Amino acid sequence: MINRAMASAIDLLKAPVLLKALVLLMALVLLMALMNPLSAAQPLVFENEEQAERFRLLASELRCLVCQNQTLADSDAPLAHDLRQEIFKMLQAGKSNDEIKTFLVDRYGDFVLYSPPLDRNTLLLWFMPALLLLAGGGLLITRIRKQAMAQDANGEIDGDGKN
Amino acid sequence: MTGRLLPLIAFVLLAILLAVGLTISDHKTDIPSPLIGKQIPEFSLPVLGDPGRVINRDDLLGKFEGRPFVINVWASWCPPCRLEHPLLMELARDGRIPIVGLHYRDQPDAGQTFLTRFGDPAQFHLSDVSGRTSIDFGVYAAPETFLIDGDGKVAFKHIGALTNEVVAEHLLALNREQAPR
Repeated sequence: MINRAMASAIDLLKAPVLLKALVLLMALVLLMALMNPLSAAQPLVFENEEQAERFRLLASELRCLVCQNQTLADSDAPLAHDLRQEIFKMLQAGKSNDEIKTFLVDRYGDFVLYSPPLDRNTLLLWFMPALLLLAGGGLLITRIRKQAMAQDANGEIDGDGKN
Repeated sequence: MTGRLLPLIAFVLLAILLAVGLTISDHKTDIPSPLIGKQIPEFSLPVLGDPGRVINRDDLLGKFEGRPFVINVWASWCPPCRLEHPLLMELARDGRIPIVGLHYRDQPDAGQTFLTRFGDPAQFHLSDVSGRTSIDFGVYAAPETFLIDGDGKVAFKHIGALTNEVVAEHLLALNREQAPR
């Protein structure tokens, strides 16, 4: 293995300038990736797998308020980082998922929840898809029935619509 | 006959929906604060430039003795804070409403440099380096400006740089009600 690495290193010395430059560039990019401050952030250490799972669930159900189409889990915004820390602290303090969500809703409003609660303001939001489905389905069924009736009247069976 | 009109009706409805969406989209990123009408949260923060002095909620409310005041959340790293700064300076000059700064997620040195360079509109600034108190205030993007009424409740919140309209219509609204001149 080492011999091979040595051999490829020697090969590289013999390689044309362009290739050397390319390898150097790749090494530089790798180095920069390693020096990225984000990867230097301390990983959260959970007490057990269950707690880690709850953290992942909460962070993926809560919205980052800075970049509003990302979850707290996805976002690199400083506030998202702070809020993840708060969630982590509350988990460690033995708070329930509901208590943690309430903490955030009390401060930032229902907007932080990716699935909003069912209340008067959100009735339309929750039931519009079902209503649209019913309306569309109803329309489709009456259309099909009408067509079938028209075909029956014409005495056709193949029903290719060319009557 | 209705079958022929249906696509047209659907199109008109969709157009109306889009028009409504377009007209409200200017403010769709402004999240209404659940703190409106509620007492400002408890806190305990050092004063910027005087870290030995620590102020909590009761100290803060006591200072204004039932008069409304403004809490302005700002940081030296925030360009819109720089943008709204002249308005705050103007507000401070004519003394219509007292301003308290909430220096948010920023190094004290950087904040003081900012104030030395551009002027200090506030009576004092609370220094929230970690941003923890600002989470309790529901802050998610500096600058944010809160109007606190005489009872210590949040009367109004503005997200983003202040404008002349916001100052006149909202920040000074309580002044007109409570102390007509």
